[in-house]
Formats: sequence, structure tokens, C-alpha cells
Amino acid sequence: MTTAPESIVSEYKYGFYDPEEALFKANKGLTPEIVNMISDMKDEPQWMREFRLKALETFNQKQNPPWGTEQLNDIDFNDIHYFVRATDRDERSWDDVPEYIRRTFDKLGIPEAEKKYLAGVGAQYDSEVVYHNIREDLEKLGVVFLGTDQALKEHEDIFKEYFGTVVPPGDNRFAALNSAVWSGGSFIYVPKGVKVDIPLQAYFRINTQNMGQFERTLIIADEGSQVHYVEGCTAPIYRSDSLHSAVVEIIVKKGARVRYTTIQNWSNNVYNLVTKRAVAYQDAVMEWVDGNLGSKLTMKYPSVYLMEPGAHGEILSLAFAGEGQHQDAGGKIVHAAPNTTSTIISKSLSKDGGRTSYRGLLKVYDGCEGVKANVRCDALLLDETSRSDTYPTMEIDEPDVSIQHEAYVSKLGEDQLFYLMSRGMSEEDAAKMIVNGFVEPIVKELPMEYAVELNRLIELQMDGAVG
Amino acid sequence: MTALLEIKDLRARIGDKEILKGLSLTIQPGEIHAIMGPNGSGKSTLANVLMGNPNYEVTGGDILFRGESLLEMTPDERARKGLFLAFQYPVAIPGVTLVNFMRQAVNATRGHEVPIREFRETLFEKMDLLKVDQDFARRYVNDGFSGGEKKRAEMLQMAMLQPAMAVLDETDSGLDIDALRTVAEGVNTLMNEKMGLLLITHYQRLLNYIKPQFVHVLIEGRIVKSGGPELAEQLEASGYDELEAQLATA
Repeated sequence: MTTAPESIVSEYKYGFYDPEEALFKANKGLTPEIVNMISDMKDEPQWMREFRLKALETFNQKQNPPWGTEQLNDIDFNDIHYFVRATDRDERSWDDVPEYIRRTFDKLGIPEAEKKYLAGVGAQYDSEVVYHNIREDLEKLGVVFLGTDQALKEHEDIFKEYFGTVVPPGDNRFAALNSAVWSGGSFIYVPKGVKVDIPLQAYFRINTQNMGQFERTLIIADEGSQVHYVEGCTAPIYRSDSLHSAVVEIIVKKGARVRYTTIQNWSNNVYNLVTKRAVAYQDAVMEWVDGNLGSKLTMKYPSVYLMEPGAHGEILSLAFAGEGQHQDAGGKIVHAAPNTTSTIISKSLSKDGGRTSYRGLLKVYDGCEGVKANVRCDALLLDETSRSDTYPTMEIDEPDVSIQHEAYVSKLGEDQLFYLMSRGMSEEDAAKMIVNGFVEPIVKELPMEYAVELNRLIELQMDGAVG
Repeated sequence: MTALLEIKDLRARIGDKEILKGLSLTIQPGEIHAIMGPNGSGKSTLANVLMGNPNYEVTGGDILFRGESLLEMTPDERARKGLFLAFQYPVAIPGVTLVNFMRQAVNATRGHEVPIREFRETLFEKMDLLKVDQDFARRYVNDGFSGGEKKRAEMLQMAMLQPAMAVLDETDSGLDIDALRTVAEGVNTLMNEKMGLLLITHYQRLLNYIKPQFVHVLIEGRIVKSGGPELAEQLEASGYDELEAQLATA
């Protein structure tokens, strides 16, 4: 039975839905049969089928992570469609994408953005990628930007070399789940010395009710290369919950630079449980810019393993929790080599009873002298009913390091509001200005188009926040 | 003629503590008034109550601005009417540049969007007047500012907003003598025959540079003595103690 989306979509303009016209929708539930069927439908090599089935066993053996929230126990893994195929082709022209799907991406502004400021675009609808394209000149330079399923077919060697090496299925329960039923996502390979100057973007859309989306992204930046990947996501508002559980693995080789920007704007009925991890080698730079505005519960801690001297990791995390939302976000940096450096900046906002948690790990192994690390987390509470917690963990096994850590929780200051209002601004405009200033250190790192979009989303969240 | 600002028997408290106990004062266009008083006499309370700080409660009397009561107005409404307060302790707004903040403030008080070119020209002109560096505008509002920089930023805002009535709360505190002179010159340049100015200060030294026609002494929430500039000099010579003693025996 299909329940109509709730009519409370006024604030969340991405809450529309398409009639379910899937070519194929797997029955609910998670069994070896379902996993085999996914592998069959994708016509995968035997090693991948075995990888999946083994991961399913791991999933069944593992418990939910012990931290965070009891909300996790509300997820009924037997009440989810693990695979929904909307179309059986990953197209390179929007004209070839089925019309109702194309209309959805039109509404989301994707083809327009592609023309204006992107080097390539991928679009995933439910379980699979329906569109992928990259600028011709980049393709000629050897840059690969494909849906992950297609990449497994076309580049099996390099795929097999890296897949599952950064986030093994046994890493955590949701990584195991993704490994068993993964479908879609992006595969990027940037050859030595190639610099992709403008962003590649992927957009993830869930349409089907009670659906699980399990994309799998693998990015390999070869020596001295550079790439900026941006992902966005939205879903219709349904009364029942959906699950999004992705795994992202990134390999940043010597002297390469990768920035991965997320603007997560799932509707408030989506559980967003994602494992994101990068390994950075000599003098490489890995940056996560992680903006979480949507979802019911997000648990996501992008991490960087600094494997060789000179590597630098950076995590900029922004979370906004409104009514009924819990953003459990943060980051993880592991210094596994001397003279590596890192920065974590986390900014979180809570309003209308929303809850944000910063959860971070900073690890420095013995013998990693000369490490410099800086962690700063700020939380801003916009009213009395909201909540913010900080759970920083530090494991420093080497004495010759420089570590700074600061954490602040503040309330929207009455004195700040009064000051701005004394200059003629309404209370609402004053609150927006304070919030915009608060998130500025993150927003200024975004390309202009995304900065504008993020500010707009925050303003939407802020509407009616005061008074 | 309707007064620019008329404070009538004003009583106000913060929490349970009554601070202003019947304060009256009238300011006409073109006039500069100074209110002097010792610590705890109610100077800052007066400044905050005039601007409508919600932490203070008015329990009696009225404040009329061009004949219209301000008491029911929010601080932003008062600002849009033309009232300005230069804060004693301006707060920081991290992440918001002074230039963006001032642009929004100018647009809000004018009630319409001022073209960016016009805004910038005025801003640079006023920055010259107050001898502040152009980089200043790109810094975050009061964030990491020295005491002197904060006061200059307040004066810059006053210069940009061109209020009809400005209240300067302890603007001289935290300024060295050169900065004080620059700020005072700026204020004198901005002052005109249509505008009213109320200087709130503990010390007389600001009044060496900005010359009030009227000086009032505030003690325990009331104006106990009013006079011309000579009153300020008297106070400087003899201090508040002597005046308080005189009042006690009177």
C-alpha cells in the first residue's frame, strides 16, 4: 500500500515524488536470495558475488554501534526494499533518460547546473545511476567518471585493486550492509598530474517508499592529480522511513589533492548512516566538507588516514538539526606517519528541539613525531528546547606533537540580537545574520553556487525561528 | 515646537532592582547634552532603556521621540525612527564582516536598498573621516577588536546611519588621547543643527573635545543638577563625592 506524501512539504521544497514506475522492485527483506538476485541482475563477476554474500554474513553477526541513539533500533531491516531499478540503462544524454525521471532532475536543477559550472554529473535514482557524463576534454585526459556498476564492468582491474580496501565490510554494521547490497554510486579515477579544475557532481535521489539506497563511491586520485567531487541528495517526504547507507572510499596518492563536498538534504524520514574514509599518502591533501541539513538521523564521521609524511587532512563539518532531527556528525583523523597535519572544524546548529552531536576521534600513533593537529567544535543553540553534545576522543601515543582542541557551546545571544536590532534589523534578520556568521568558516570553503545554496537552505530552516 | 527627545519621569529596573527613579530630560534639535555620573548611578541603564534593551523593564514615565512614545517599540523600530546608541561594550558578531553588517543596517534604517556603489563611496568617505584603514571593513564585527577599534567602529556606524538622535555611552572609555581626538572630531563633523546628541560619561575629558551646551549630573537614578559646561569642570575639580555630600546635607 502506498501512503501519499504528507502535505507538510511547504518548507522542504524537494518533498515531491514520482509515481512508482520502477522496472523492478525487490521484495522487502534481506536474505542471501536478495543478494544473489542483485548480483544476477547486475551480471557481476563471481568475486563480487562472494564479496557480497560474505558481507551479508558479517552484517548478520554485527550489532548496531553502541553509541549514538536508540533511534537506530527502530530500523526494521526486514521492512526495506533493498533494490529498486528504475531503468536498466545509465545514459550519457538527458534526452535518453526516461521522461519522468528527467523531470525530477530538472526540478532539482541538475542539468542546468551541469551546463553552467560542472565538469561532469552523475545522477542516481533509487538504486541505480541513470545518467553520467563528463566533459570531453577531461575524458581525453584519461579522467574516468562513471557509475560504480558500470566501472566494475569497464575497469575491473583497478576496481578490484582498491574496492573494499579503505572501508572493509567488517568495519561496522552499516559498512557490512552496504557491502552486501551496494548499488550505484560514483567511480572516479584521475590520472597522474591531471587537475580537474571545476567540480564533478553526483546527485542522489530516493523516490520509492521504504527503500534503502546503498551507493558505493570509489575515488582514486593518482600522483599529483586534483579533483573536487560534490554530492547532493534529497527524497520525498513519506510517512514511513527510508534508509540511506553509503560507503565512500578515497585514495589520495602522493602529492594529490581531493576535496569531497556533501550537501545532505534528505527529507526528515530518512536514516542516513554513512561510512566515509580516505587514505592520504606523501604530501597529499584530503578535505571533507560535510554539510548535513536533512534526514531524521544522520550518523556520519568522514575520516582521513594520513599514511605518509607531509600528508594533510581536513574535515569541515556543518550540521543543522531542526524538529525531530538528530545530526550525529563529526570526523576522524588518524596520524599514521610523522610530520602529518590535520584540522577539524565542526559547526552545529540546533533548533525546535533538534539535536546535534559532535563525535570525533584524533589518533596519533607512537613514533609519529612532528604531528600538528587542530580540532575546533562550536555549537549554537537557537532555543531552550534544543540540544547539543560533544564527544571528542583523543588517543595520542607520541609525545612530540602539537595538538589544539577547543569546544564551545553557545546560545543565540540576546546581547547580539539587541545589538543588531539597535541597527534597524528585525529580530529574524538579526538571527539569520548571527547564524550566517556562525557558519561562515565552512560556507566560505564552498564554490560560490553551493555557498549560495547552503545559505538559502539555512535561511529556510531559520524561517520562523524567532519571535 | 516638539522636542526631539523628551524623557518624562522615567523609571526602570533590571530584575527586582529599580535603577532609574524618575528621570526627566528634554533635547531639542541641534543640542548636545552630557549626562555625567558616578558608577552605578544609572547611566548605562538609561542608554539601554532608550534603545529598548529587553533586559530592562520600564515601570513608569515615558520616552517621546518627536512626540511619539518609544516604549512599545522594539529596538529595530526605534533605530528606524532615527535613534542610535553607541554601545559602551559592543558585542562581537563572528563571521559577519563590518561592511556586510553596515550595508544591512543602512538598508534597514533607510527602509530601502541603497545602491552598492553609493554605499561604498559613503563608507570610504566616513572611514577617512574617522581615520580607519580600509581593511577594517573586511574584518568581522568587533571580533578581536581592541577597545579603541570597537569605539571607532561604533562611530563609523553612526556616521553611516546618520541618526537624528545619537546616544554615546561611555564612548571615551578605552580610547587613548589621539584616538579620543579623532573620534571627537568625527562626531563634531557629523553633528548638525537638526540632530541631537546625548553624551553619557563618567569623566569630563570627552567634553574637552565635544562641547555640550547642557550638562546634567545623574546620581542614584535621578538628575540632581543641571547646568552649562562649567558644571562639568566643577565636577572634574571636586568630584562626585563632594556633590553627593552637598546633596545629602541639603
